[in-house]
Amino acid sequence: MRQNFASPRVGGMVALALVIALLPVGLSNNYFYDVAILVGLNAIVCVGLNLLIGYAGQISLGHAGFYGLGAYGSAILSSRYGWPPLLSMLSATLVVAALAFVVGRPILRLKGHYLAMATLGLGVIIFMVIATEDKLTGGPDGMSVVAFKIGSFALREAQLWYWVVGALLLAAVWLALNLIDSPAGRALRALHGSEVGAEVLGIDAARHKLMVFVISAVFASVAGSLNAHFSGFITPSKVTFLHSIELVTMVVFGGMASTFGAVVGAAALTVLPQFLTVLKDYEMMVFGALMMGTMIFMPRGVVPSLARLFAPRRRPEGERKPGSEGAA
Amino acid sequence: MMSTLARYGITRGLAATTAVFLACAGAAFAQGQGPIKIGSVLSITGAASFLGDPEAKTIEFYVEKINAAGGVLGRKLQLITYDDGSDAEKARTFSKRLIEQDKVDVLLGGSSTGTSMPVMPLAAEAQIPFISFGGAVGIIEPVQKWVFKTPHTDRMACEKIFVDMQSRKLTRLALISGAGGFDKSMRTECLNVAKKSGVEVIADENYGAGDTDMTAQLTKIKNTAGVQAVLNAGFGPGPAIVTRNFRQLGMTVPLYQSHGVGSKEFIKLAGAAAEGVRLPAAALLVAKDLPAKDPQRAVVVNYTREYEAKFKSEVSTFGGHAYDGLMLVVGALKSAKSSDKAKVRDALENTKGYMGTGGVVNMSPTDHLGLDLSAFRMLEVKGGNWTLVK
Repeated sequence: MRQNFASPRVGGMVALALVIALLPVGLSNNYFYDVAILVGLNAIVCVGLNLLIGYAGQISLGHAGFYGLGAYGSAILSSRYGWPPLLSMLSATLVVAALAFVVGRPILRLKGHYLAMATLGLGVIIFMVIATEDKLTGGPDGMSVVAFKIGSFALREAQLWYWVVGALLLAAVWLALNLIDSPAGRALRALHGSEVGAEVLGIDAARHKLMVFVISAVFASVAGSLNAHFSGFITPSKVTFLHSIELVTMVVFGGMASTFGAVVGAAALTVLPQFLTVLKDYEMMVFGALMMGTMIFMPRGVVPSLARLFAPRRRPEGERKPGSEGAA
Repeated sequence: MMSTLARYGITRGLAATTAVFLACAGAAFAQGQGPIKIGSVLSITGAASFLGDPEAKTIEFYVEKINAAGGVLGRKLQLITYDDGSDAEKARTFSKRLIEQDKVDVLLGGSSTGTSMPVMPLAAEAQIPFISFGGAVGIIEPVQKWVFKTPHTDRMACEKIFVDMQSRKLTRLALISGAGGFDKSMRTECLNVAKKSGVEVIADENYGAGDTDMTAQLTKIKNTAGVQAVLNAGFGPGPAIVTRNFRQLGMTVPLYQSHGVGSKEFIKLAGAAAEGVRLPAAALLVAKDLPAKDPQRAVVVNYTREYEAKFKSEVSTFGGHAYDGLMLVVGALKSAKSSDKAKVRDALENTKGYMGTGGVVNMSPTDHLGLDLSAFRMLEVKGGNWTLVK
């Protein structure tokens, strides 16, 4: 067992660290850095969301809500009330964690479509509050956000942001990999397979589901806060239902129950539109065709499908997810 | 994916290094040769596509036209347009791309206030002139050195309506507004300037984004004692529903709509209920009704004819804003006699007497819009069409 997991944990981490370290060689201007940073931030959200969707088998269509609360919480506290950005970010994260904890308990009792509906509803409520409370949030036109400062040191340069986001992404991936490999992670995968079966084995399903729900909300919130400070501007378009769908799509595209799949999915869906934009009117068609093709020929997502293709004999137990398609 | 990005980046990096050497060798010489690059980020798809679509069409059409006539300063215009899908973050990323990678000389667009605001700090940082097509007054107030805009502000719309109300001896107003960015911004501005204009707002109702019936809010307004006029700050289908409900309830006080309903679609949706509704709008909507001696007539009639012939669809004021933006830039390039960003910016700021589809533009260091209240015409719906209020 240990041997099998040593490879994604150590090998994968080293590969990701190398990619992050070497990528700047190819980033010739701030625009490329900008895209890379967005990839990193989306990847952090997806790594968290993947724990919930891919491993615990619980769908969330409201994660843009947590992302938005993190972004707006940090933006409002730092820009309207003059709190230090780091403190604002941490406070927003705490609030999001508390909300996810309180709401998660009843919501996670639901299954399948009902859970999807409940999380969707949560996301929509958060969106409506943010779009309506224009005194605080600037309403649908959005609000500007101060730069991220620690003491007198302001984080402005895209290069600096790149390293910060890169380090955080590594930390997020490391946390996720460790969690999956812990008893809690095994419990999650057990209840993904069969919730009744897991409970018979003495696993507290409700507690584990709640835990992973809160963790994924926290990941989303931190990425949201950072995005707000990095962009210097935030509008409710990042809190919409569509953005929730986008996040789930990234996870499914990259490969559910694969942490690196979540990273690849986030990267692909963030970078692709930037390249396809040269196609003008055909952009959406080509983008749609690529998505369809991937899901038809790689139904398990890019990373797990490729991993299987290149190592047909070795089948790590962690990759086997009966019924993982059903969760989408 | 990543390796493509990396390889692409390395070539770019080499190109950039070479470019730096070249620039050192003969900056002035190299600069004068290539095309003048105009970068544009517009909401061609998504929620604000009704703004971005006519804007993109207009800019593309007129850039072609200008190039066919020999370009500006003997150089061709090169247009680079990106679609932000009505997403502010994409607008920011694409603007960065225009500045950093495409190295454009001027930025046009930001179809809405939301997609313009995140571009403003980038323009300031890169010191590049930026003309927004967003409506809110917050884009030009406080004035930012590199930021201009062409559409009339919501504050002007409020003021225009209040002036009209005063001429009809109406002072007690009921406000009803929607949930969109435009609606909210206009409501705030109207509340701000009401007192100064001698208008008292005695009711202030809201409706949601997808509401299909506003009878409840209007009933409340109807039962508020002393309401002399109703103003609806709204966009999209909302105002048409308000207008219908308004007539269904048998309300007889004057109803004002905002410049946000300035398209034939509103009259179609509201039907007979639209009769008698007044709104402030640019002269573009009544191009053919303008008196022959009106100085704006030539511009708006021309634009209407060319746009409708090319795209077989009716003009909207939004495309007009893009037309004005492009022409202001062309004018500034000509008077600056260079595509140098700082010189173009100075020329933009000194624009005087430009006659556009939105009105006469007189920019100054304290006014980066340059339109006054005369730019708005008060229109009234009569016989299913816009007519000028005399």
